[in-house]
This record gives sequence, C-alpha cells and structure tokens, in this order.
Amino acid sequence: MTALLHVEKVGKRFGGFVALQDIDLEVQPGERLGLIGPNGSGKSTLVNCICGTLRNEQGSVSFGGAAMDGLTAHQRTRLGLARSFQLPRPFGSLTLAENLRIPILYAVNARGERTLSGAAIDARCLELLGQVGLADKARQMPRDLTQIEMRKLELARAMAADPKLLISDEAMAGLSHAEVDEILALLIRLNGQGVTVIMIEHIMRAVMAFSQRLAVLVAGRKIADGDPKAVVREPEVVRAYLGE
Amino acid sequence: MDASADLLINALISGLLLGGFYAAVSVGVAISFGMLDIVNIAHPAVILLGSYVAFIGNTVFGIDPILATVITLPVFYLLGMVAYQVYYVAFERRDDQSLRGLSFFFGILFIAEVGLILSFGVDYRSVQAWYVSGNLNLGIIELPWRLLVPFLLGMAMVVGLQLYLSRTFIGRAIQAVAQDQQALRLMAANPTKIKRIAFGLSFATAALGGAALIIIQPVEPSIGREYIGRVFAICVLGGLGSFPGMMIAAVTLGIVENLTATFFGPSWAPAVAFGVLLVTLAVRPSGILGR
Amino acid sequence: MASLVAKDAEREAPRGLGHVAFILVMVAVAAVVFMITRSIGNSYAFFAAYVVVQYMVLGTAWNILGGYTGYVNFGVTAFFAIGAYSTVVLHKLTPWMPLPAMILIGGVMAALVGLGTGYLTLRLRGVFFSIATLALAVVVQTLITNWDFVGGARGAYVMRPRIAPLIGGDYIQYLFLVMLGLCVIALATARAIERSALGYGFAAIRDDEAAAEASGVPTLGLKLIATALSGGFMGMAGAPLPYYVTYLDPSSGFSLNYAVNAIAMPLIGGTSSWLGPIVGAILVGGLQEYIRVTISSAVNVLVAGVLMVAFVILAPQGIVGLFQRKKR
Ligand SMILES: Nc1ncnc2c1ncn2[C@@H]1O[C@H](COP(=O)(O)OP(=O)(O)OP(=O)(O)O)[C@@H](O)[C@H]1O
Ligand SMILES: [Mg+2]
Repeated sequence: MTALLHVEKVGKRFGGFVALQDIDLEVQPGERLGLIGPNGSGKSTLVNCICGTLRNEQGSVSFGGAAMDGLTAHQRTRLGLARSFQLPRPFGSLTLAENLRIPILYAVNARGERTLSGAAIDARCLELLGQVGLADKARQMPRDLTQIEMRKLELARAMAADPKLLISDEAMAGLSHAEVDEILALLIRLNGQGVTVIMIEHIMRAVMAFSQRLAVLVAGRKIADGDPKAVVREPEVVRAYLGE
Repeated sequence: MDASADLLINALISGLLLGGFYAAVSVGVAISFGMLDIVNIAHPAVILLGSYVAFIGNTVFGIDPILATVITLPVFYLLGMVAYQVYYVAFERRDDQSLRGLSFFFGILFIAEVGLILSFGVDYRSVQAWYVSGNLNLGIIELPWRLLVPFLLGMAMVVGLQLYLSRTFIGRAIQAVAQDQQALRLMAANPTKIKRIAFGLSFATAALGGAALIIIQPVEPSIGREYIGRVFAICVLGGLGSFPGMMIAAVTLGIVENLTATFFGPSWAPAVAFGVLLVTLAVRPSGILGR
Repeated sequence: MASLVAKDAEREAPRGLGHVAFILVMVAVAAVVFMITRSIGNSYAFFAAYVVVQYMVLGTAWNILGGYTGYVNFGVTAFFAIGAYSTVVLHKLTPWMPLPAMILIGGVMAALVGLGTGYLTLRLRGVFFSIATLALAVVVQTLITNWDFVGGARGAYVMRPRIAPLIGGDYIQYLFLVMLGLCVIALATARAIERSALGYGFAAIRDDEAAAEASGVPTLGLKLIATALSGGFMGMAGAPLPYYVTYLDPSSGFSLNYAVNAIAMPLIGGTSSWLGPIVGAILVGGLQEYIRVTISSAVNVLVAGVLMVAFVILAPQGIVGLFQRKKR
C-alpha cells in the first residue's frame, strides 16, 4: 500500500532559526495519526509546510503519489489536503454559514467531482455547523463567537473542503471534558468515513484515545514515531516532556 | 568624448550629493514604515510643510531656513505624536490599517497639498541664504553649496538617528517595536508610547528634510508627490528599516536619476524612482541588503 | 481563467432582484435621469451630471478591488489617463471609430496595465501593491509627458463633434448617455460579483488571505481578476474624457482629484456593496458642484479629502453601513 502523505527530509528555517530539520513522515490512507511535541517544537510549522502555507527550503512533500512542491496552498486544498489553523482565522465579514461556503465553492466545487449549488450548499453548511455544535449560530458573525467556538468553526471549515487528509491543529485546546469527547467522536466518525486524520494536540487523553500511531517532534526534529503506548514510554520522549 | 566624461563625473558627484539629501527626506519613512510598519504616504506632505516653514521663517522673519525649521521641530514632533495617536485609535486598534489606514494618509496628503495651494498659491517659492548659490572649490571639482549643505544635513541626521536608535533605551525599544511587542511589554515599555515617540521623530526628520528640499530647489505644493515614489523606493530598495541600506539606496537613486537627467533629459527623471521601485518590488522585495 | 473561479451555475436564490431585472431597472433609472437632465434644457446640466456619473463609474471600479478584496489602488489616475490617452491616439489614427469602441479599447489597455502591475506586486503584502500603484501613476504620467504623438507636456486638442449621433442635439448629450450606459454596466458587474462565487472569494481574500488559500481560493488569480476589472472600468471611465474637455494635457489628465474622488466616494458611501460608491458619488459630487458654484472651486476639491478622512475615522462602514447594521 502506498502512503497517502509522504514527507521527506523537510527542513524549514526562519532567518537563522531552524524550525524543522530532516523531517520524514508517512501517513497511510485511512490512518489516524497523532502528532505531539512541546510548545515551539515545530508542529504547526510542519502543517504549514505540508499544506503550502509556508515553503520548506529543504525536502519534499507528496500527497496521493503526487509531488506537492511548488503547488500553492489552494491547489493542495483542492487535491484533498485540509487543515485547521491553531489560532483561528475566520473570515470576519462573513457569517458562520458563509465561512463554510468558501471551501465548498472553491475546493469542493472546483474539484469538479460533484458540484453543490444553491440550497445544497446551504444545507451542507448547516450540516457541518451542526456537527461541531454551532448550528444555531449559522447567521452570526465570527466576532460574536468565543475563542472556543472559533476553534470549532476552524474545524468545520477544514471539513467543508471534503478533504482526503484532515489536519487538526489543536482544535481541542480550552474545550471542556465533554466537548473534547464530542470533537474526538467527530474526528473518529470522519475517519470512519474514510478521511485520514492527523491530530495535533496537547491533551494526552484525547491523543491516546484517538491515535493509531503517534509521532513526536522536539525542537524541529522527529524523535519518535510508532505505536502510541510504546512511543510515550520511550526515554527520549519522556525526557522531552519532563524536561519542559 | 571629453565632454561626456566630464558630464559623467559631474552627474556622479551631484548624484552622490543628491543621495545624501534623499537620505534626509527618507529617513523618516525608514522609521515609520521600516520600524513601525506604518505606511505614511503623507510623509512628503510633511516634508513640504517643513519647506514652507523654512520659507516663511526666511522671507518673513529673515532667519536662516534651516534654523527656521529647527526652531519648529518640537511642533512637528508633537504633530507626529498626534497623527500616530489618531492612527492608533482609528485604525491600528481596529485592525483596519490596510484599507482605511492607507486611505487616511492619502486623504491627509491631498488635504495638505490643497491647503498649501490655498495658502501659498501654485508659484514656486525659494529661500535666501549664503549657501543657496556659490560653489565650494576643491581645485579639480566644484561642489555647489546648494547640494553640499543638504547632503551634510542628511548625513548628520542619519548618523545622529543611528546613534540614538542604538545607544538609548527608547531608541532600542523603537527598533524592537515592530519585531516583538510582547518582549517590549516585558521590558515595561508601552508599545503605543514608543510608536508615538518614533512617529513624532519621523515627522521631525521630514520637516528638516523639507528645509533641505527648499535649499536644493524652489518648491510648489504638488512637488511632494514626486517624493512619494522616491522615499518609498529608497526605503524598499534599502531593505526596510536599515539605515545603511537606505543610504546605499539613496545614493544609488541620486546617481541614476542624475545620469538619466543628463543623458536622456530631466523630464524622464521622475520615472526613475518609480521604475526602481517597481523593479525592486518585482525582483527583490526584501531590498539590496535584505536576506 | 474559467477554472480559477468555482463553478456555480445557480447560486442561492438572489436576494432582491435577479440580474436581468436589476439591469432593466437600472436602464430605466438611467433613462429617467437622462430625460430629466435633457428637460433642464441647457448643456451645463449635462456637463455637471457627466462628472457625477463618471465618478460613479470610477468609484465603483475602485471598489471592485479596494472594497471587495481590500487592496488599495492609489493609481486611479494612471488607469483613467490610459483610457483618456488611448482615445487621443485613436482619435488621431482612426477618427471614424465610434466612441463605444474607443471606450472598449481604452478599457482593455487599462486592464492590461492593471494585470501587469498586479502580476508584479500582488504576491507581496497589500501595502506594496498600493505603493506600486502610486508609482505607476507617475511612471505613466512621465511616459505621456515625453510622448510627442499625444502632445507631450503641451497637451492635445481633440475636436468634439458638433452633433450627437443617434440622439441628435449637442454632443455632450451623447457623452452623457454613453457614460450613463457605462455606469449601468459597471453597477451590474459589481452587483453580480457580490452575489457570485467570485464575490465570496474576494471577501475571503479581504478577510484573511492565508485562510482563503487554505480554503481553496486561488488568491493571486482572483486578485488579478479584480485588478484587471477595476483597472478596465477606470480606463473606460477615462476614455470619453478627451471629448469632454477637448483639450487634454498631462497635468489635468493626471490630476490627483480623480484619485481622491474615486477613493473617497466608496469609503464615504460604504465599501461593502455596489450601492456605496453610488451614494458617495451623489453626495460628494453634488456637494462639490454646490460648493463650486456658491463658494469657490478651490474649496470644492478639499471636500472629498476632508470627508474621506472624517469618514474613515468616524464611520468606517460608510453611509450604507450606517443604515444596514449587518454586512452582506
Ligand atoms: N513565521 C515565523 N517566523 C519566525 N519564527 C517562527 C514563525 N513561525 C513559527 N516560528 C518559530 O518556529 C518555532 C516552531 O513554531 P511552531 O508554531 O511550529 O511550534 P508548535 O510546535 O506548533 O508549538 P505550539 O505547541 O505552541 O503550537 C517556534 O520557535 C516559533 O517561534
Ligand atoms: Mg502549533
């Protein structure tokens, strides 16, 4: 079986600062991967390089067998890569429903496999908002949301692109115990429908419940990758976390 | 052949001097755009205000044009602080810098230009001082004081500001403000206050640059527009916020403009700055000294 | 280009009128305006009304880029003058060409310049685009000043035909009618954009470009479309100018007034909908005309600048925004 996502020797610098170095990562179709690491270890930067929001200077990313290098972020999204932003970036002048309309118009419809129009788009937006518990706020503006609700909107917008691979960047931070379970169930359900999911999270309970495999980044390097229970016992991982 | 070599040397030297003057009018933008990330396209209007202050001081009160502007520097400094405060309250805090913040400065530029036309008319105005005519004779070459004085003024401003920015607490805070507001707060410095001071400084340098401008050439209200392109071309080409880069860019532009005027005619000179700007943005937006 | 824009055959049920109905209503309004102006019975009314409608087109054009995508174009005069000078050239080379054809050519020229400028600078932060457009205005002005064929710095005289084609009467009536038609086209375009996938894409770009890209919006392509459309309409608004003024020189063709008015009107009227520039143009244009007659023409040019500064500080949503609390 060929990997859905193939990250090879990816490196990224900010000025003189090395944010990522020699990152290798494979994700199989249908897999649920957890990605953890201390603050500032480069998780979001890796997401940005995978999705084309940032350009990696070294290495390459391929998705579904095709090289992503040189492709813009929107081209990657159209090919089935979607992500949520860790710091929510909603479209401030659009209602929640309209926020979801953007990926439907520009990712789903542009893909050409199926074209939603008119009422179907509205219905799909409501359905997605319902899945993250925001259905009753469909006509509100993002500025009326709490930070936590914005996280949910982020996730819904990523889901609206109908991705093959969904990367959720700390969608659960700040959520209550019950809400974490809700989002967890949602991501697992999505995965059950065939969507490959990478979950970045600090809440270990959720990570352990979710992940079939776990990768650990520390200071821009991948230091472990494998069975979650085994990975969290690896001395290097333990040291990275206790050293915090 | 000899004549054209002469022309070339002349163009190079006066281009160099012109570059020093360009640094004087651009250094304020290097602060406001380069360090504070505020795109004050009304900067040339402030330069012109400085020119007209020099003009009034010189013709009405009979004082030296540079001195006249120096006396009013505190006023320009305050004006800059007020301008930043308005900008902060109305745009930065609302996170509306790009559309309305830019338009705000554009409106100010226009109002200032029309205001100057209403008060002084569209005639060219100039000042009287010993250095407005005459040359410094260095044997082989003659340097016109008219260019030399603004050049020296510009150099003094850049060196003085560089020292201020690197040696004083507030100066270092100004340099830090664009990069890391959080760290600044930890240093117990209020970013808004720092920016206010910096913007006041930017206005003050513009006024001094205005005195230099009216020494170099007579001014009229719409002349400011030519300087929008120049100052931004210089700051972008120099790599935003870097004084050494800005100096190199200013001298480069001065020389290229002078060569253009000498060999193609003065009517082509205004396009040079903008051409340089467009090419820089297209090819190397981080500037010559940029990464 | 077609693949850039998401397919959306039928959109949600359009709020209010459908596109065709809207155009019909606008044509009717334009016809009424024309009849009223004609009934006043002197050509001054046409000259004054022409200016206001020209600013409606300019303001709408600016708003397609500035209001919808958030990219500020300060080089309005460059695009406007490209349209105007393209007519000067056509008038010399092909004097028989009908005005609408000249307008179309002027618009295409300006759109191409918009595309070029955008292609060079739209990858960068928005402010660089804005600075580049300021630069563009001076570059184009310098080129024209040095181009003898169109009169150079001396300017060019363009004979205005005496009689209006089709409708008879003074030629200014024809100019006004053409400008009205252009205005209807510009408004219908702007309104159609607002309600299309294109409009949603523009709004996403305005709100957050990285998020827009991540949602599949081809931001560079859409910005280029907006720049070309916007520049094209500016060029079209400028194309009839030589016949209006009959003498065109660089300093009047590149007057900062055009840029200030074109930017002020949408900002005053409101940038979020097609109605804003119209409201702004009527208000500012009317006020300017009033002040020009009652006080002085020197003060009248200040109006737009002062109002614009006041509005961006005190009422950033503009007049339309004051009336409708929620956008879109
Ligand atoms: N645009 C940028 N410019 C400069 N440095 C950056 C930039 N983005 C990230 N960094 C730096 O790169 C490092 C990795 O950041 P990143 O956001 O990827 O970490 P992370 O693992 O996602 O952390 P967190 O758990 O806090 O989200 C950090 O030191 C950060 O300061
Ligand atoms: Mg992160």
